[in-house]
Amino acid sequence: MSETLEAPSTSTGKLRLRGVSRSFHTPRGTLAALENIDLEVREGEFLCIVGPSGCGKSTLLNLMAGLDHPTTGEIWMDGRQIEGPGTDRTLIFQELGLFPWLTVQENVEFGLRMQGVGRQERRARSQQYLRLVHLSRFETSYVHQLSGGMKQRVALARSLVTEPDVLLMDEPFAALDAQTRDLLHEELARIWAETGKTIVFVTHNVREAVRLGSRVILLTFRPGRIKSQFTITLPRPRHLEDPELALTAREVLAQLKEEINKAVEEEYSHEENR
Amino acid sequence: MKKIVRQLVFYLGLLALWQLIFELKIWPPYLFPSPQSVLESLQMGFSDRTFLIGMGISMRRIALGYGLSVLLGIVIGFLIAASEFLEATLGGLVLSLQSLPSLCWLPLAVLWFGLTEKAILFVVVMGSLLAVTINTQIGVRHVPRIYLLAGRNLGAHGFRLFVHVLLPASLPHLVAGLKQGWAFAWRSLISGEMLFVSLGLGHLLMMGRDLNDMSQVVAVMALIMAIGHLVDRLVFEKLENRIRQKWGLVGTA
Repeated sequence: MSETLEAPSTSTGKLRLRGVSRSFHTPRGTLAALENIDLEVREGEFLCIVGPSGCGKSTLLNLMAGLDHPTTGEIWMDGRQIEGPGTDRTLIFQELGLFPWLTVQENVEFGLRMQGVGRQERRARSQQYLRLVHLSRFETSYVHQLSGGMKQRVALARSLVTEPDVLLMDEPFAALDAQTRDLLHEELARIWAETGKTIVFVTHNVREAVRLGSRVILLTFRPGRIKSQFTITLPRPRHLEDPELALTAREVLAQLKEEINKAVEEEYSHEENR
Repeated sequence: MKKIVRQLVFYLGLLALWQLIFELKIWPPYLFPSPQSVLESLQMGFSDRTFLIGMGISMRRIALGYGLSVLLGIVIGFLIAASEFLEATLGGLVLSLQSLPSLCWLPLAVLWFGLTEKAILFVVVMGSLLAVTINTQIGVRHVPRIYLLAGRNLGAHGFRLFVHVLLPASLPHLVAGLKQGWAFAWRSLISGEMLFVSLGLGHLLMMGRDLNDMSQVVAVMALIMAIGHLVDRLVFEKLENRIRQKWGLVGTA
């Protein structure tokens, strides 16, 4: 199931990354977070990116979102180079960043409001998406009144409401309990199937990646490079308990472990140097 | 209910203590007035409308001076927070100015504006502006970066990012600044009014002194405290509670 690194020839590339590197200046010197990433995200694809912590997964998403700029290399979306945030793609942060001063509905409407959409249409569209994530009853609640899973769904609705082509998700379910996560996996898979969005999903959870993704990309530990990729052809709907899923996950995990070991070694060498 | 009873008992006890000290005749009555004579002063002040007029004048001044402080303070606070250059320069100055009691400005104010309304307004503004500025600045600095990222990610930038994200996100600190600014403004106003014929509450207090009428002095003091307390309770406490409820901060601070 493992493929070579060449970009698939038949793709209609939604997002293209060419030789993307990103390094940060720290007091200890320059830190290369990402190095020479060549990647093509196909239209309608569910792409999962896994890697050990510190491999630059989040950096990669921020770059795609236009919230950060590559040190070298280029990122293209629909044939246009990305220069900043755009409504054609939205990022769902790990910390969500829901606004506590707004109600659920106002949170969902935020993107539309920034686009200058009128009140009535805003209402109709936010309600449509709140229905999609099963939160219609909570439109007047404030964020702090919701459970973790509900907050996730608000964030999802808030990102979907402006109808972006690409949804970028940064470990969105990491902080949830197993049951809630399982439920949201189902919902996300359903929403992906219903809306046909292109989704780039970052996680460190291999089973999650294999369950959701149509393709999984594995990044190396610092600097992040593409180590390998896996096309997941398992039939849907998928379940975490499926033996085939576990088998595929094990294959990915074996490669991920090598990177995790590198990360652990580096951590220890830092400790000793101190 | 229990709280009210407790408060009632406390204040009645305080009154009784006051009466007791008065009865002990440690000081002559014209130096240490009884609760009753203070009450009479209050009644008199309200029935001949001097207190009402004084309150009206003071309230008008504070509305103007405090309003100006809030407006300027928020703008300057945001500017300082937005620019590293301003933070390094003006930010430091604001901090050192904050250590000045507002009354220090009075000599300059009187020289610049004369014994006028403007001089008092100037002292009020100098007294409360900095508290508002500093708290606004702190508020902006404490806004979690994620809100700004999320805002930008959803298409907000420039002025809209400011109005729809930065401003509401810094509101909890901002309100703390408004509250502190109000307390400073009220104190500065009264001290300013005490120094010349200004007809406000501060002036009424000094009039009591000049007439050797300690009952009036204490009566006006009580009035000043009552107004300060009421505004704090009715405006700022309500505002803070509303924000805390909305944000889900109840019980955490």
